[in-house]
Amino acid sequence: MVTITVDMDKCQSYGQCCFEAADVFALNDDGQLEYVAEADESRRADIEGAADVCPMQAITVE
Amino acid sequence: MNTNSVAASVVVVGAGLGGLRAAEALRGAGFEGAITVVGDESAMPYNRPPLSKEALSAGVHVAELEFRRKASVDDVDWRLGSPALASDFAARTVTLADGTQLSFDGLVIASGIRPRRLPIAGPEAGRHVLRTAHDAVNVRSYLAPGRSAVIMGAGFIGCEVAATARGLGAEVHIVAIDEQPMVRPLGAELGMGMRSRHEHHGVNFHLGRTVQEFLGGDHVTSVLLDDGTELPASVVIEAVGSVCNVEWLEGNGLDLSDGVLVDQGMVVAAEVPVVAVGDIARHPNALFGNIPRRIEHWNIPTETGRRAGASLASLLRGEQPDQAPFAAMPSFWSDQYHHKIQSFGMPGIATSIQIVDGSANDACIVEYSNDTGLVGVVGVDRTSELAPYRKQLLDR
Repeated sequence: MVTITVDMDKCQSYGQCCFEAADVFALNDDGQLEYVAEADESRRADIEGAADVCPMQAITVE
Repeated sequence: MNTNSVAASVVVVGAGLGGLRAAEALRGAGFEGAITVVGDESAMPYNRPPLSKEALSAGVHVAELEFRRKASVDDVDWRLGSPALASDFAARTVTLADGTQLSFDGLVIASGIRPRRLPIAGPEAGRHVLRTAHDAVNVRSYLAPGRSAVIMGAGFIGCEVAATARGLGAEVHIVAIDEQPMVRPLGAELGMGMRSRHEHHGVNFHLGRTVQEFLGGDHVTSVLLDDGTELPASVVIEAVGSVCNVEWLEGNGLDLSDGVLVDQGMVVAAEVPVVAVGDIARHPNALFGNIPRRIEHWNIPTETGRRAGASLASLLRGEQPDQAPFAAMPSFWSDQYHHKIQSFGMPGIATSIQIVDGSANDACIVEYSNDTGLVGVVGVDRTSELAPYRKQLLDR
């Protein structure tokens, strides 16, 4: 299981993570990031990719 | 070529984002040999954009800016604090400033760029660039009420520093030859809109002007412009573009006139083999006609690093790298005051610019087009609404 944490104090809703792993990260109608905190191990590469491209480096994947 | 992965070793020259991502991608592609990363700074790879924004404002702590590194690169040998001075592709060696000579089976060029310096007469002390955490610490020491900062250049870094300096209470002057700030990436109308935002916060623009001379004794105290204007200067911040760190590559028969030319796999020379990543890699992009270009946007080191690492791992196994087109969406963002700018694509190559929603002085979405159709989109304070435009750009 992949565990995802986003530091919402850092997140600026640039949405780059949403393009890497749309099933995990999404911007809601107010432009705020929503994400699922756990995902299947098969999704690890894309989720780590999402953490890589976050301009604010706000995403932690464990 | 060494096809035995047990003995193969890779040297990565450049310990920034591109070098890190290339090393991670080598591991991700199954390369198990030794990786040595050479860096001119003493710090581990860290995130530079905050250096003109939140870190410049709140204080620079480089450890907090370090990128998280994947566990796969825990065994990398980091040779930090000594830049590469020379390389010999035929002998497969890189020589560092401290005299160390490193041998490699595969090489990653990730040495990036440095700020351009202009030859202008006057004292050196008080003149600063903003590239490294060390630079940011120096610049920050000047930004306070009662001090005056003269910023040369009205690009993104200059404008971000201006906004941060105003936030810290310093007087701010921007001197630039351009007719509007950020005009090349944003166009004149949105550039003017950004200028209004800066003027609202008290920034003084001196556009269409150049610096003639720095005045002062040991330390700059004022700046003389070409029209005779003299601006008080506690510090000068030079943000007038960049030059590529290619000198260490001379003598290998490469065209180094504008970075390093690579193919769609980021390969410079397959027979050595050598790949290049990041700001320095002049790469084709299938989304924009495959014309090789250097793109100094934040996401490009990651995109090119992923591809370069995979290509080099293939070459070191004696295999052909993936020949698929390289198609990455360039993206940049900027924070100035409470305003957020985000871009997708290549607005700088547009011949036609249209504000499709809002106005240049307010929240807006701007489309950038040329004869091939939409090439870029910029949102100001509308960043969460750009996904459909990005999709349109990907489907070009």
